[in-house]
Amino acid sequence: MPKLYTGAEIVFKCLEEEKVNHIFGYPGGAVLPIYDELKNHITIKHILVRHEQGAGHAAEGYARSSGKPGVVLVTSGPGATNVVTALTDAYMDSVPLVCISGQVPTHLIGTDAFQECDTTGITRPCTKHNWLVKDIKDLQRIMHEAFKVATTGRPGPVLVDIPKDIQFAKTKYVYLKKEKKIEIKNKNRFNQKDIDQLIELMNKASKPIFYTGGGVVNSGPKASELLRELVALTGFPITSTLQGLGSYPGNDNQFLGMLGMHGTYEANNAMHDCDLLINIGARFDDRITGKIDEFSPKSKKVHIDIDPSSINKIIKVDLAIVGDVTDVIKSTTKTLKKKNINLEKSNKQKISKWWQQIEKWRTKQSLNFINSDKIIKPQHAVQRLYELTKDQDTFITTEVGQHQMWAAQHYKFNKPNRWMTSGGLGTMGYGLPAAIGVQVANPKKLVVDVAGEASILMTMQEISTAIQYNLPIKIFILNNQYMGMVRQWQELLHEKNYSESYSEALPDFVKLAEAYGCVGIRAENPDELDEKIEEMISIDKPVIFDCHVDQAENCFPMIPSGKPHNQMLLGPKDQEENKITGKGKALV
Amino acid sequence: MPKSKSAYSAPTKQSKLETHIIVVWVDNEASVLSRVVGLFSGRGYNIESLAVAEVDQKNNLSRITIVTTGTPEVIEQIVLQLKKLVPVHKVANFKREDKNVIFKEMALLKFIGNNTKIKKVLNTCKKYNPVILDQSTKSAVIQITALRREIDNMTKKLKSLGLISVSRTGAVAMTRGAKIFN
Repeated sequence: MPKLYTGAEIVFKCLEEEKVNHIFGYPGGAVLPIYDELKNHITIKHILVRHEQGAGHAAEGYARSSGKPGVVLVTSGPGATNVVTALTDAYMDSVPLVCISGQVPTHLIGTDAFQECDTTGITRPCTKHNWLVKDIKDLQRIMHEAFKVATTGRPGPVLVDIPKDIQFAKTKYVYLKKEKKIEIKNKNRFNQKDIDQLIELMNKASKPIFYTGGGVVNSGPKASELLRELVALTGFPITSTLQGLGSYPGNDNQFLGMLGMHGTYEANNAMHDCDLLINIGARFDDRITGKIDEFSPKSKKVHIDIDPSSINKIIKVDLAIVGDVTDVIKSTTKTLKKKNINLEKSNKQKISKWWQQIEKWRTKQSLNFINSDKIIKPQHAVQRLYELTKDQDTFITTEVGQHQMWAAQHYKFNKPNRWMTSGGLGTMGYGLPAAIGVQVANPKKLVVDVAGEASILMTMQEISTAIQYNLPIKIFILNNQYMGMVRQWQELLHEKNYSESYSEALPDFVKLAEAYGCVGIRAENPDELDEKIEEMISIDKPVIFDCHVDQAENCFPMIPSGKPHNQMLLGPKDQEENKITGKGKALV
Repeated sequence: MPKSKSAYSAPTKQSKLETHIIVVWVDNEASVLSRVVGLFSGRGYNIESLAVAEVDQKNNLSRITIVTTGTPEVIEQIVLQLKKLVPVHKVANFKREDKNVIFKEMALLKFIGNNTKIKKVLNTCKKYNPVILDQSTKSAVIQITALRREIDNMTKKLKSLGLISVSRTGAVAMTRGAKIFN
């Protein structure tokens, strides 16, 4: 007679086999059997959050900074509904999460029982797949399949809903090796012909550009190395989306900076004027393309993506290569080398004109701002933070808004998996819990959440989690007392009617930090900034850094609504000439 | 179409709408239909009709036939998005005009009327294989199989002959000849 295990035990056996070391969660009635089993599994550490949304974002931060799937454990009803924002966020940004939720016992499903909700129904549109386990015999298979689905192809969140009686029920456990291999969708579909075609296009191009995205980061650290090699080999300029930052060194000369709505002048103009656009692991998001009809009108377009449904979804491309970024770049470089085509040399003359044009755009210095010695400019604060932390391996998370864009513009990333931000969904409150997850996955590393004072208040409670587990995250708040991005749009589009974008009654963040049991630091003028940032870095405890910045500062450059890439707003001086028209306003 | 000036805009030139029949083979498991239908509603695709039933008891497979309209780009997206769903095995996509594919819909029609009237009814729809499934002195239930538009026309025509209730299936499809879709 083989040994029988309870559902709760099987959950942990599966987690152990999947090499899970951390789970983020919050207990409740319908998951108590699983929590009861926790003590018997010392290799799995549970991080108790203060709200289930925090568990989800922490798991996202964990996943993005480590490359491993993040695991979340929540109870039924409100536990599950609270995690929905994080699941949607992970779905939009392709982050592998496995969420385990408790459910009321099978015989009570559908009776409106206490803390019952249709979890699989609610999470169906925001997960890659979800399962309601109705039979204990299915539990093991589903758990392993959940990890497979979350981590293969284009990664994303999955959810396994386990009724309480299933957690108590008993069955056999078969170790994974004996299980027949679970079929994987999304195999590599590209072939050598595609690569040859790509190289032919590269050969012909005189104004080429690489446009890289989060797919490079998701493909693993190897992809970033290969990308660097390919870019060096070709001599082409490269720009990156918000999610792709770090896959190519931010301070390299071939890097044009981020593109898109708040991208650099040179990156956006190069996208507009290029004759060959090579998209590697990005998805032509609407914050990138601007006006679709006028998006990169003169270029041949190549799209490399693991997800076939990303191709031709928004922008029709001339060559689609479906496959893992690592494999595609590897084949491309190999073929380039084999054919002994040194694009940099053979194309040098053609491309050198292109580079001259790019250098001309660069002279605009579109990220410049007018600094002040009386008041801290938010861009200056990010620059100082960068300068003072760049010599150590620093991980940056952000909330959502102006501070997020300033961080993306002024913090230069040199490695992948160092930059965690909510891009697709734009979830305010993402950064603090994400920083917790990052710190859990990367103990001893410096983790900074570049935050806004409005965003941070959405998930402030999680600072308590950081203190409980001695996670010395740094919350660097660019405090302008406004929902800055909302205020900026109201200024530009709604005649400065700052409707509900000012926070009248902000807490004293220093006292708040002390109340939670961590350290609060305030900086109010530029002279003290460096010294205080250094103080923050030196403290081996969570710190809330309240950086008072210019309230009126706007985030530039910017592609205004309804304009193509080559019509950017370039900061205060440029604004008068480029008023946004009435129609564009309505459609923002 | 008004000229749009937003970063959220759709392209100004929209291509022509086409009607397609999409056939999806899925695992016959709980909630699989809502995954498919939820994909359509969530992404704003359109469903004209839907037919679903288990076709392979041994392998537990169901066949879903969906009639939808959209631009060629949207149809392509529908197929690719469907293929991403975990319980989906394969997806076939046919244009409604495709001569190599048979489309059929079935309707049950209830009439009130005497024998002579029912005879008239049978005569009117003799092209569509009418079968009397139930008959009393005052009523009859007749089954017909036809294309969607033919049934539309018939139900209009038959109003005057005592048609009081209509129940229709969605279209189902199958390729002509010996080949099957893989």
